[in-house]
Amino acid sequence: MDLHLTWFILLGVLLAGYAVLDGFDLGVGALHLFAKGDGERRLMMNAIGPVWDGNEVWLVTGGGALFAAFPDVYATLASGFYLAVFLLLFSLIFRAVSIEFRSKQPSAYWRQIWDVTFAIASILAAFLFGVVIGNLVWGIPLGADKEFRGSTFGLLHPYALLTGLTVVAVCMMHGSIFLTMKTEGKFHHKVRGWVKNSIIFFVIMYGILTVATCLWVPHMVEKFKTFPVLFLIPVVNVLVVANVPWAIYQKRDFLAFLSSCGGIVLLMVLLGVGIFPNLVLSNPHPEFSLSIYNASSSIKTLQTMLIIALIGMPLVLAYTVAIYWIFRGKVKLDGHSY
Amino acid sequence: MDILLLSRLQFALTIMFHYIYPPLSIGLGIIILIMESMYLLSKNPLYHQMTKFWVKVFGLIFVMGVATGVVMEFEFGTNWSTYARYVGDVFGSPLAAEGVFAFFLESGFLAVLLFGWERVSPSMYWLSALLVCFGAHLSAVWIIVANSWMQTPAGYHIVGEGMHQRAEITDFWAMVFNPSSIQRLSHVICAAWITGAFLVLSVSAYYLLKKRQMEFAKVSMKVALLVALVAVIGQWWTGKISAEGVALYQPTKLAAMEGHYTSNTPADFYLFGVVDDKNHQITGPRIRGFISYLMYGDFNAPVKGLESFKKEDRPPVAMTFYSYHLMIITGVLLTVLVAIGFVLWPQGRLFETKWYLTLLVPSVFLPQLANQLGWVTAEVGRQPWIVYGLLRTSEGVSKAVKADVVWTSLIMFTLIYLLLFVLFLFLLDQKIKNGPEGVGHGS
Repeated sequence: MDLHLTWFILLGVLLAGYAVLDGFDLGVGALHLFAKGDGERRLMMNAIGPVWDGNEVWLVTGGGALFAAFPDVYATLASGFYLAVFLLLFSLIFRAVSIEFRSKQPSAYWRQIWDVTFAIASILAAFLFGVVIGNLVWGIPLGADKEFRGSTFGLLHPYALLTGLTVVAVCMMHGSIFLTMKTEGKFHHKVRGWVKNSIIFFVIMYGILTVATCLWVPHMVEKFKTFPVLFLIPVVNVLVVANVPWAIYQKRDFLAFLSSCGGIVLLMVLLGVGIFPNLVLSNPHPEFSLSIYNASSSIKTLQTMLIIALIGMPLVLAYTVAIYWIFRGKVKLDGHSY
Repeated sequence: MDILLLSRLQFALTIMFHYIYPPLSIGLGIIILIMESMYLLSKNPLYHQMTKFWVKVFGLIFVMGVATGVVMEFEFGTNWSTYARYVGDVFGSPLAAEGVFAFFLESGFLAVLLFGWERVSPSMYWLSALLVCFGAHLSAVWIIVANSWMQTPAGYHIVGEGMHQRAEITDFWAMVFNPSSIQRLSHVICAAWITGAFLVLSVSAYYLLKKRQMEFAKVSMKVALLVALVAVIGQWWTGKISAEGVALYQPTKLAAMEGHYTSNTPADFYLFGVVDDKNHQITGPRIRGFISYLMYGDFNAPVKGLESFKKEDRPPVAMTFYSYHLMIITGVLLTVLVAIGFVLWPQGRLFETKWYLTLLVPSVFLPQLANQLGWVTAEVGRQPWIVYGLLRTSEGVSKAVKADVVWTSLIMFTLIYLLLFVLFLFLLDQKIKNGPEGVGHGS
């Protein structure tokens, strides 16, 4: 068994898990200001209230796993993307506290400030995740010493900004679909309008990004030329995403949500296939790229981590499903709510 | 200021601010579990009312811990990337384990505690309290294992040459159970229990003084005092065995903690003192040879002093000495407060002794102070090493980061954390003033 490949996949699982779960939290945040009035905004926050924190843990665990399995990647990216990382962390900090703080005071002024903070923090976080992904796809300047050689400003090139916007679009779509499952009545009707618009937004961004990638990031497309069977992935991806508006039209909200989850997972698979075996592509000087082979920990650590994952993750999945099950159904505001 | 000092300041700031919250979560977690257990056993609704209130307080504290904690997960990489490359093979696994085993558990089941009372059976609710408490304790396990490895590295070997040198793991369990893990973990857990207990004591004393929620406050106070008693006794014991470990494995830290400069002389124990680092002198009341006695059973046994070690291998003495001694003094004060409680309680005067209740209210800050002082002792005392004896702190900083950029992040953290701290205190204060019978959120 190739442990490096195994950990490439496991890391992908952790990050895809994060994208699917916190994706709808960030999406709900991004849509938050479209909700009007105290009631609607409380419904938004309480829709994700019980689960957003557990969802964010996927990122923390992903970071820890990256540190353990591919420490050079963790080190190069965190220090290289320094300001972007801290901006992302500040966004996540404010996303977290705005949910907890918002309804703690009756003042409309207080609540408005936290509503705006929640929205901006969510959008910024989603955008920055996209910028990171865009840079990983495009490649970043690395030296022979594995260190980042570029500037923060240099990370904000058009392709990265495009990816950033696309991730925001994905989150908005995913978040709005999650909300259709959790809302009812007039507000539910309003949310369905958001779903329609966010699907359009997503399809447009996805289309532009795909074309831009094919035109300007040829190395991502190489593998599909060499192994045409891989072309099935984007095809299935498109079908799964197309299922979303169809399921919404049929008012099968849970199926729409599953399709949206599937779409995100397949996007991550596309990303993984495209960059494999590299984790951080060096551009220029691709010979300095960090791969799963030259940037990984020892076999012993990869083995140990595998055991930790094999014991831990099934437990996590089991009780996560249980907790979602406990909080199934439409959001209702009660004495416990935010 | 250079990037090394700035990065050290930033790490100190971010971890010290973060560390206000997890000990409260761990300590409060135990107390909530006890209260909900009492509810399940006695069916007395008072106990569940207590749980409900403390769970809401827990939620506020927990989100602050999460928000500031995510920063820590990545700060090893942002500012200490050379360290991350050097130790990732060893240090990364306990961090990942903390995420997989602890964070998911506490974050997941907290949802049930906060929002799920009407959705689950009382037994399931109790189980959730247990799992949140267990998860919080587990996170302490893994992070202390990781930090202890930095103090007393074990289960590794060094591979590679020069720039590509790194530590690689040889034995996972030897790494986990390195020479200082158990002592330091138990010391941290006891500290956390004290921290949570004193929050409950402080709030309960406040209610009693205001003659509000008397029933609630009395029971809360009794539970908290019992937890505090166990924890304080444990803390002296675990402090002793931790110091013994330091004497054995980190002699420079011990020498700095005790202000022991001259080698081959018995080491004195200073109750407190003023450090004159230039002249290698401490001035203050002391018990001659007491440290020698604690270490070797002989008041005259020679102990290695700071002068035995190369200058570049010695930690900052003043900071280590002062924080260590202030921590102990704070510990004494906490012990006295708990002891007084156990004198008044059997006399039936616990809830009427105004001066005692008045002392308890601000005493919530004492464990916080002790926690921070303890960590300053531990982390400043291990300087100049980031991994004791293996890698210097100065060798661990990120190479791709410039000082001006660290200035930016440092200033941002200072401002943001200041804001969040003020908001946290304001909201906590409001919650306490509203009390257990207070209005719910959002109304």
